[in-house]
Amino acid sequence: MIDLKKINLEKAIELIKQKKISSKELVSFYLKEAEAKKELNAYIYLNSDNAIKLAEESDKRIANNNARPLEGIPIAIKDLFCTKDVLTTAASKILSNFKPAYESTVTQNLWDAGAILLGKTNLDEFAMGSSNETSFYGAALNPWSKNKKEYVPGGSSGGSASAVAGGIAIAATGTDTGGSIRQPASYCGIIGLKPTYGRCSRWGIVSFASSLDQAGPMTKTVNDAAIMLDVMAGHDKKDSTSANLEKTNFYNNLKINKKLKIGIPKQYKNDQLDKEILNFWELGKEFFKKNNCEIVEIDLPHTEYALATYYIISSAEASSNLARYDGIRYGFRKDSEEIINLYENTRSVGFGEEVKRRIMIGTYVLSAGYYDAYYLKAQKVRSKIINDFNQAFEKVDVIFTPTAPTDAFEKGTKIDDPIKMYLNDVFTVPISLAGLPAISVPIGLSKNDLPLGFQIIGKRFDEDSVLSAAKIIETNANFKKESD
Amino acid sequence: MDIDKKLVKKIANLSKINIEEKNVDKFAKELSNIISWVEKLNEVDTKNISPTTNPSDIKIPFRKDEIKDGKIKDKILKNAPEHKGGYFIVPKVIE
Amino acid sequence: MTNLKDWETVIGLEVHAQIISKSKLFSSASTNFGSEPNTQVSLVDAAMPGMLPVINKDCIEQAIKTGVGLNAKINKFSVFDRKNYFYPDLPQGYQISQFSQPIVGEGYIEIDLKDGSSKKIGITRLHLEQDAGKSVHDIEPSKSYIDLNRSGIALMEIVSEPDIRSSEEAQEYVKKLRSILRYIGTCDGNMEEGSLRCDVNISIRKKKFQSRSLLGENILSELGTRCEIKNVNSIKSIGQAIDYEFRRQFDVINSGNEIIQETRLFDEKKGETRPMRSKEEAHDYRYFPDPDLPPLEIDEEWIDKIKKNLPELPDIKKENLINQYKISSYDAAILVSDKSNVEFFDKIITGNKKRNAKNVVNWIIGELFALLNKNNLDIKDSPIKAEELGELIDYIEDQTISGKIAKNVFDEMFKTKKRPKDIIEKKGLKQITDTGEIESLIDKVLNNNKDKVDEYKSGKEKLFGFFVGQVMQETKGTANPGIVNEILKKKLAN
Ligand SMILES: [Mg+2]
Ligand SMILES: [Zn+2]
Repeated sequence: MIDLKKINLEKAIELIKQKKISSKELVSFYLKEAEAKKELNAYIYLNSDNAIKLAEESDKRIANNNARPLEGIPIAIKDLFCTKDVLTTAASKILSNFKPAYESTVTQNLWDAGAILLGKTNLDEFAMGSSNETSFYGAALNPWSKNKKEYVPGGSSGGSASAVAGGIAIAATGTDTGGSIRQPASYCGIIGLKPTYGRCSRWGIVSFASSLDQAGPMTKTVNDAAIMLDVMAGHDKKDSTSANLEKTNFYNNLKINKKLKIGIPKQYKNDQLDKEILNFWELGKEFFKKNNCEIVEIDLPHTEYALATYYIISSAEASSNLARYDGIRYGFRKDSEEIINLYENTRSVGFGEEVKRRIMIGTYVLSAGYYDAYYLKAQKVRSKIINDFNQAFEKVDVIFTPTAPTDAFEKGTKIDDPIKMYLNDVFTVPISLAGLPAISVPIGLSKNDLPLGFQIIGKRFDEDSVLSAAKIIETNANFKKESD
Repeated sequence: MDIDKKLVKKIANLSKINIEEKNVDKFAKELSNIISWVEKLNEVDTKNISPTTNPSDIKIPFRKDEIKDGKIKDKILKNAPEHKGGYFIVPKVIE
Repeated sequence: MTNLKDWETVIGLEVHAQIISKSKLFSSASTNFGSEPNTQVSLVDAAMPGMLPVINKDCIEQAIKTGVGLNAKINKFSVFDRKNYFYPDLPQGYQISQFSQPIVGEGYIEIDLKDGSSKKIGITRLHLEQDAGKSVHDIEPSKSYIDLNRSGIALMEIVSEPDIRSSEEAQEYVKKLRSILRYIGTCDGNMEEGSLRCDVNISIRKKKFQSRSLLGENILSELGTRCEIKNVNSIKSIGQAIDYEFRRQFDVINSGNEIIQETRLFDEKKGETRPMRSKEEAHDYRYFPDPDLPPLEIDEEWIDKIKKNLPELPDIKKENLINQYKISSYDAAILVSDKSNVEFFDKIITGNKKRNAKNVVNWIIGELFALLNKNNLDIKDSPIKAEELGELIDYIEDQTISGKIAKNVFDEMFKTKKRPKDIIEKKGLKQITDTGEIESLIDKVLNNNKDKVDEYKSGKEKLFGFFVGQVMQETKGTANPGIVNEILKKKLAN
């Protein structure tokens, strides 16, 4: 008897192809598990009825030897991806009744490969947050919570991380604007890969910050991430920022014996960093050395300015991207006799506090008299940050850093202090600003018995090296994957 | 930079977000804190540095001038809070 | 007391010209005019969550063409910006436009004025942007209806320098601009359908010479506070709005008050401008580069190719008309002001090489334009086609009809759309040139008016006109007046 709980995506694909398990079995298993673990609040919507029907169709294709690469595999989708005729909320009241008439390119790519929508996962409202606590649907829970302590799964892709770590999804999609895939992956002990900006189409993903948003996989293993990304990625004519590159083959290219030059940025070793993280960092370096990789110290001098740069740019873009939520064509409306009141009431009631805060910050930094001092300044610092990476990558193939400065924190401990919350992303935002690919891989457990992830950053469109390096860590760390 | 109540109200007006009078102070303080925090960027010398809007170096892709879309009125209107006769309906707008 | 005559207007125009294209600037929905509401709307045009813009290559080409036609610099690098504001027919909550780096830079056009002079008006820039949707306010008293068919259609905003000094100049500028756009086929210039819309920026100031100092130096008087008059949508309205606004601003200043910088609307029915009634919103568009669109890069080759294939522009056509047909500069200017005028003229003149250009021009500019204007028709919709007007002119030339009769035939053609030949035949308007026939008619008239004949002979010579009149009446005006005169003179001399 196969224990479905133990298998990862790669294994499931194999078992389905060998007809050792059926899609219907797999889908039913995950639906049942998801129902049983409602307390994780990982899903906003479970596709219960439809998923079974689709599994039956997949099983027919498998029987006819017509299986596609992800045939019959249930996938959890962050509720920021528009899914045709299926509720798509961005975890906001303002979209709480929205059923798009279209399918995002990335999810369409998954369905075209035979995958099945398992459900839509929880997130911080409009992906703005690092703890999943800003969701209109309530916070998702980190499955590693124990001893009556409730830990956040991280954010914004907290629901996806919680679902994969909690065994109620075999794989999930996330989106990462400043760390929203990598940080929750680190907090929940799973793999989270943010591809190069332009690798996955943004078409049909609810926009937060257009120059930063990027979709990526959240999985149990590095191999699974490669399998997912091969399907999710691809050029899309409907997205003017989508890269026109050849079809990827990350999974087949994935080799552990690549001799890589590993960069260690001086600036990431700050005083606040816990000793245990520094220890894991050393351990990671040992893993690389063991695999004939060379460790090189590098300089990323503008690291300390990345967070401020990120908050200015992402808020500015968000303030504009979220102007379309006006209660006129779709979504929540608070009725009013007068149009300006309709806008203001709809948006005041429809958006949560953090979203409003960022819209206001974004409006401020773009407004007359402040644009040059804040927005333009941030765009220039962004150029310097990009330049730092360009210079570093003349010396190394990938860069190795902690994903987040801490392990998962307890619910409610940071939500009232925006800046404290923003600091969670200190190691992930520079990469987002530069549009580089990066992955978070679990390396071990903290003294609190919570997962810790480390980040591997690559050159633009060099996900191959990122995945190879990640696999070295994964293989050597031999991280205990189950949270229970 | 301190954001005062007047500026908060201006930003709220531009953002079309209603802030209750009793919360204006709170917002002013929060925004001021965040803005003071981002002013760290003033330390960076950005003379002769050109700004980055998007990290990709993609050339803008062109579309052919063809009619391949539209005629989906039902899809356009299906999520509308109020529509009638094919139009979206809003309270009377005065020009 | 200050005098109106000592003041001048300083006017800059912002013209929004809809680009001729099949699909929209950033989506593949149709641009067709007058379709059912919301049937030409894509998910992008309705700003559904996650929708992204992809630019239409032809619209860029149209903007480059126009830039060349405006003698302007084409910028090889330009940027799309977002202009942020809330309005129910602006689905994204921002308009994609170009702010600090437009596709076309400085240029100029030359306008012809009634006094025979011409003047260069500077063009500041031309940029590409999306149109908004349409709000309909008069279906229901408490509601506005939103149609997004127009949302996302490509516009060129063409901004002039504040070089315009009068309503006449403003009108000539718009006419000239429209004719250039039509010649190169980038905008149909149809102001009724909103394909060409005009915002007028206007301030007034004392004329230069008024502020000349005692030392005789020329001190340019400063610009006054300006008002923007939105959507002035006909040539006539542009004139009226400017004249009204000049007077209004003058009166405000003259009564010791100050002009308030504001946006005003022109009321076509009343011929007045009034401040916009909408709640005064803080205007701060927060322009910033659209992160969904990489910068627009245009290579030299593309520009050269466009330059090479550009059709003949009105100024060149005008020179050619003057040289080839020896018509006046004034007439030529009127002809080239509209591509359809020239086409009409060309058709007549090439239809029969013997036709006299000056005559043809007179008929078009004099008679035809008078009737078209009276009936509010465009030359393209003229009930009299070029070939038919040509035929009519031929009938005058070969003396089939007189000039006077021709005028009647012309009116009839306009009314009934019949060919001149049919009208002349049916109504028997063919000129009588048969001297025998005319002679017997004259005899009849003289016999019936023996007393008048006697009076004439006794010296009352002004009765000659009376006899001519009688003969013409008998023939319903078809008798050749020269022959009538000649025979009548002979008979009365006996
Ligand atoms: Mg304007
Ligand atoms: Zn404009």
